[in-house]
Amino acid sequence: MINQRPFLVEILTALGLIVAPFVLPYLGFAPDTVNRILIWGLFGIGFDILFGFTGLLSFGQSALYGTGGFVAAYLLTRLGYPEVISALFIGMAAAAVVGYLVGLVALRRTGIYFAMITVAIAEMFYFVEFNPLSEWTGGENGLPGVPSPVLNLGFASFNFSSGWSLYVFLAFWYFVGIVVALRIIRSPVGAILRAIRDNPLRASAVGHDIHAYKLTAFVIAAAYAGFAGGLLGVMQAFMPPDAFMFQTSAQLIMQTAIGGTGMLFGPLLGAAVWLFLQDFLQSALGIGAAWKLVLGLVFVLLVFFLRRGIIGGLVDLAKWGWGRFAPSAASPAPAAAIPVASAAADLPPQPRPVPAAALASRPTVAGATGHILSTEGLTKRYGGIISNNNIDFIVKRGELRGIIGPNGAGKTTFFRMLTCEVAPSAGRIVFEGQDIAGMTVTDVCQRGLTKSYQVNQLFTRLTVRENITIAALAALRGKFRLDLLRQPRRVPGLQERLEHTAELVHLTDRLDIPVSALAYGEKRRLEIGLALTSMPSLLLLDEPLAGMSPSERVETVQLLKSIRQDRTMIIVDHDMEAMFELAERVTVLNEGVVLAEGTPAEIQASDAVQEAYLGGVHA
Amino acid sequence: MFNWVNLASQTFNGLVLGALLALISSGLTIIYGTLGVLNLAHGAMFMLGGYAGYVTYTYTGSFVLAVLGGSLFVMLVGVLMERVVIRHFYNRPDEDQLLVTFGLAIVFVELVRFSFGSLSFIVPPPSWAAGITSLGFMFYPTYRLVLVGIIAAALLLLFLLLYRTRLGMIVRAGIEDSTMVGALGINVHQVFTVVFGIGAMAAGFAGIVNAPVVSLTPDMGESILVQTFVVIVIGGVGSFPGAVIGGLIAGEIISLTSMINPAYSYVMLFAVMTLVLVLRPHGLLGTASRN
Repeated sequence: MINQRPFLVEILTALGLIVAPFVLPYLGFAPDTVNRILIWGLFGIGFDILFGFTGLLSFGQSALYGTGGFVAAYLLTRLGYPEVISALFIGMAAAAVVGYLVGLVALRRTGIYFAMITVAIAEMFYFVEFNPLSEWTGGENGLPGVPSPVLNLGFASFNFSSGWSLYVFLAFWYFVGIVVALRIIRSPVGAILRAIRDNPLRASAVGHDIHAYKLTAFVIAAAYAGFAGGLLGVMQAFMPPDAFMFQTSAQLIMQTAIGGTGMLFGPLLGAAVWLFLQDFLQSALGIGAAWKLVLGLVFVLLVFFLRRGIIGGLVDLAKWGWGRFAPSAASPAPAAAIPVASAAADLPPQPRPVPAAALASRPTVAGATGHILSTEGLTKRYGGIISNNNIDFIVKRGELRGIIGPNGAGKTTFFRMLTCEVAPSAGRIVFEGQDIAGMTVTDVCQRGLTKSYQVNQLFTRLTVRENITIAALAALRGKFRLDLLRQPRRVPGLQERLEHTAELVHLTDRLDIPVSALAYGEKRRLEIGLALTSMPSLLLLDEPLAGMSPSERVETVQLLKSIRQDRTMIIVDHDMEAMFELAERVTVLNEGVVLAEGTPAEIQASDAVQEAYLGGVHA
Repeated sequence: MFNWVNLASQTFNGLVLGALLALISSGLTIIYGTLGVLNLAHGAMFMLGGYAGYVTYTYTGSFVLAVLGGSLFVMLVGVLMERVVIRHFYNRPDEDQLLVTFGLAIVFVELVRFSFGSLSFIVPPPSWAAGITSLGFMFYPTYRLVLVGIIAAALLLLFLLLYRTRLGMIVRAGIEDSTMVGALGINVHQVFTVVFGIGAMAAGFAGIVNAPVVSLTPDMGESILVQTFVVIVIGGVGSFPGAVIGGLIAGEIISLTSMINPAYSYVMLFAVMTLVLVLRPHGLLGTASRN
């Protein structure tokens, strides 16, 4: 939604900021309140990138807000540094550096650990500010006397001291903040951050260094927090120590949740609601200190019933209203989409000609023939249980290998070791002449070995287009790149890659459909498509036919045949018939060891295999 | 100024604080381990225990009844909280669970502030444990010695509950794999309610037995919650022994650093937490299974 019309959001934001001073006073907002809202809003933009877009709920933003604020205020008051704006930027840089260090610690863990660690960090900063550093921060007195910004143009000078004149200054920076944030979330990095929020496992499996990107989001949030903290000192002409209080983080989180997450403007709206209600409850209703109780209850109810906040609720309402009152405009889209899906399922699938060069696997090591992958003595023990025992396995370049075996034969563990999802207990895995045992999933994917999962691992809240784009970005940009301000269409080869993958897996007509709305067979094809987008020289397919209807199965077998050109593939599946049809050679695993290996005909004829595995079927 | 008596008394203070943190953290960790919900209102439970005990005390004048009243009240709050709110969040993302328990914490704190004001209250220690005791080389407040005993008894009770009863077996199995426990035909929802109640009660009990040591304020739970988090990060989530060991370590760090310079106690605590995270990311006694 945010991506469609360039500059529309920016222009609307600018108009809104220009109109606000003429409208808000009639709604009972004092200029001072509006200025506070802007600072919270700016603080919240960074937090939304961290929480709404990347999915990291930090309770420690007060530490960074305070750091930026106090560094700027210290420069401007105690050191007599003359320039307000550059002081704000120095404060921002300091907060970013601190954010980097804090992120290094906090991001060692995810989920609730991350939340707990950030709480602890925020509390520590508060104590440090109050005691060991009180000589610099003024302890509980804060730093009074922060000057107001002056803009000297030679012929005239503007002093943004308070009220609406300060509003101009703050609104300008809020606008800059929004413009930069929009660029970031529209950039390749922004797409990857959303991928991390949706499915961190897959984001790293397609080849993104998710830890580095999370740290990036954390530093961005820190920079916004630091700049906003500096503005707080400027606005109040005083840097208050309570910027460091846990309460600051708490208020930020609640305002963001109230306004809405993942839309950048949520914190601004949330702050407006919060500060308005605070005023209203305290003065108009005269309930005094109980205002926080009321706001707390409002917050709990919102989390309960309107998790996407006010903006999210309005968006849903608008969609609902649109669907209800403008059926002619809305319904054709799904109606047109369904026949495509059913056609794909019912008709005998026709392999579409695909330009082979476009999606061919990456250039192989010069003159390399012979084998692409080999394992030597590969062993995996779980405690006393030996899952894979001393497996020697060789796959030649260009081969299509099938792996079969009864349940519990160790196929999945074997596969997971090949893709480096689990580390072997002993043995070597040599891929393209290099031992990859002990590497990360991300690194082996970047080297050209990837897997399509048995259970779909998609970015379910994103569209098909975004899903493929995310996988393509890893292949085209490497595992980590800080192109925060680049537009995705400026990434060379991205569009091509997207179109070809979509064509290969027959999803060209479904590009703008959210993954959650796809049929099972389509999701399955997208799952394979994500792996294909990485242009692997070796593609592993973990039960690609699992759970498919007969027609979907036929179609997928066709798909697998069509993509095998120039590619080495290893398939694990239970579907014997398909396996013997597809594979050139088949390896049979049983009880953690290789039982037999050969052409499908040899395997079908093998007594050992029949006894161990096929016996029940063919006897 | 360093002297041995000072060191001994701070070590004892650390033991008291550590035991307290161990008990509160155990409550938090068994709730998280079993239900998969990190209760950010756990600090508020500690505070509620103190206030409920205070109210009981003012009506009855009995410390024992105050402890009983405080604990039972918080257990009730825990059970209601699980039944009315938390239950609807098991299938929602982690962040939603954090947000809603966080919101509830604020509601509890503000409710108490609204009803009791921001003034602090004191519950005197029971008459038989008032005054000071001579340990030979130093004098130490009697109640604090008793407190260590009380908390040790409570921890022992919790240990017996977890390791020697059927409920405890289910809870420990649930920490390993709660889906499997459900598949075995055990009424998981009922177990969840009971566990939440017991976990909350551990915090509430700690709140009232600690009331004679520190005065009651509405936001007293906040710093306790932060310390509890550090304890859990150090000890490992879902591990009862980890909570106990982590609690004692954290208590001693805070106390012993305070002896040198109180301002740095949090810095030290944080430094140790960071060290543990670097060396053993899953905590001293935690395992990787829950992540």
